[in-house]
Amino acid sequence: MFDFLDSGQYDLLGAFWVTVQLTLYSAVGSLIWGTLLAGMRVSPVPLMRAFGTAYVNLVRNTPLTVVIVACSLGLGQTLQITLGGDDFKTMGFRLAVLGLVAYTGTFVCESLRSGINTVPVGQAEAARALGLNFFQVLTLIILPQAFRSVVAPLANVLIALTKNTTVASAISVAEASALMKTMIENESSALFAVFAVFAFGFIVLTLPTGLILGWVSKRVAVKR
Amino acid sequence: MSATSVLYDTPGTRAKRRNIIYTIVFLVVFALAVWWVLAAMADKNQLAAEKWSPFVTDSEVWTTYLLPGLGETLRAAALSIVIALPFAALLGIGRLSDHVWVRVPAGVVVEFFRSIPVLLMMVFASQLYVQFTDVSSDLRPLYAVVTGLVLYNASVMAEIVRAGILSLPSGQTDAAKAIGMRKGQAMAYVLLPQAVTVMLPALVSQLVVIVKDTALGGAILALPELLSQNRTITANYGANTIAAFTVIALMYIALNFLLTTFAGWLEKRLRRGRKSTGAVLGPDDVQQASVPGRAPDASGA
Repeated sequence: MFDFLDSGQYDLLGAFWVTVQLTLYSAVGSLIWGTLLAGMRVSPVPLMRAFGTAYVNLVRNTPLTVVIVACSLGLGQTLQITLGGDDFKTMGFRLAVLGLVAYTGTFVCESLRSGINTVPVGQAEAARALGLNFFQVLTLIILPQAFRSVVAPLANVLIALTKNTTVASAISVAEASALMKTMIENESSALFAVFAVFAFGFIVLTLPTGLILGWVSKRVAVKR
Repeated sequence: MSATSVLYDTPGTRAKRRNIIYTIVFLVVFALAVWWVLAAMADKNQLAAEKWSPFVTDSEVWTTYLLPGLGETLRAAALSIVIALPFAALLGIGRLSDHVWVRVPAGVVVEFFRSIPVLLMMVFASQLYVQFTDVSSDLRPLYAVVTGLVLYNASVMAEIVRAGILSLPSGQTDAAKAIGMRKGQAMAYVLLPQAVTVMLPALVSQLVVIVKDTALGGAILALPELLSQNRTITANYGANTIAAFTVIALMYIALNFLLTTFAGWLEKRLRRGRKSTGAVLGPDDVQQASVPGRAPDASGA
């Protein structure tokens, strides 16, 4: 039943490795972009606040598929923005990461913003009383505490991101779900086995992330 | 911290001046970015008026492509939520059962389907229909998309149902038992009706997730929904990719913004209600419910 695994015809681990790479690059990118957005949304400059709010509300309400396909067809093919990728494969991968970062950043931003709200008012007031300016209050006092309280929500975002990387197959990035589509059509006699293998792969990727980061979130939580 | 404005003092003269400088710097950076995008678009002839004008002057682009696409999106989303809801209720109540042989299978199903991407289920369902049924090939994408969405969203909403029931005060069950109700009666007449109110905002937010996921069907399984109209429009109206994507994205945004606003309004209204316990499941709980091994938790007022 599982003999398609031994045929050597399909690079199963390679496909899941692309999924992992997509997840890691997008996770780092969206953490940075999301933190910047959160910073803008709480900043004293009204224009930055407006931009942050508008960006989050627009992008969060757009389907990820639209974002990623627009990256590929709009940016890649129409405007010829290749992000330094010379061949079709690297270009598709980078555009997919760009789309995932643009989309996931909004969820990171919203998680962080609710984390900022859990920091007691006294912390910011004390910091201001010491004469720290907004940037210092945010980076030295508020964000370090906020990050510790949002490990669990960010883990949720990371798991959702892992599942969302499958959307990259819409612009033919050769990740796990793209391989599954090929295999399911070729190995039609082993339909359930193929599905089980890929489902198992994703469970292996998502379940430990949740468990480990859940443990971390308890360890680093600020005891109040 | 209730108001984020505690992060900074009320601006004085110097701070006001500094804020103006920041505003100008931000405006310049933003304008440069916009300029760069527009220049790139002009370079590839995407700003030409004839690429954008069909959306305003030609009603056919709406009646032939965009509105039927939107209709297909709505049809898939509506079918999915209507079919998924009863399954979600069964699975959610099943996970709360006193019987191990009901609780454990329901739990396994819910955890399994929430930990794998919805796209995998759509692709699998599509092939399943090819091999085992004689659904015609033009209906198959819709069937596959709806099946995938039902499997995934039934498990996610099962968690919302469970959290909604658990959020009710234990006095409700006690009172039901005291007047001689059986477990099933207490669930049907006392707990579920109240839980529905608690989880209404979360269910509306889940509808946003479903609408967004239908776009996958257009990209992977050739469901003729809104996103896939991009291909037909650019083929018929002269490669106006950027313009078509802008209009399509705006339509999705408008639809989802309406749903999000409605969910927010419901949540606020329910939190204010005197009769309820003040516990409401909102959009954040939806995100929590879509993650394997996590349970959403109705927050108090």
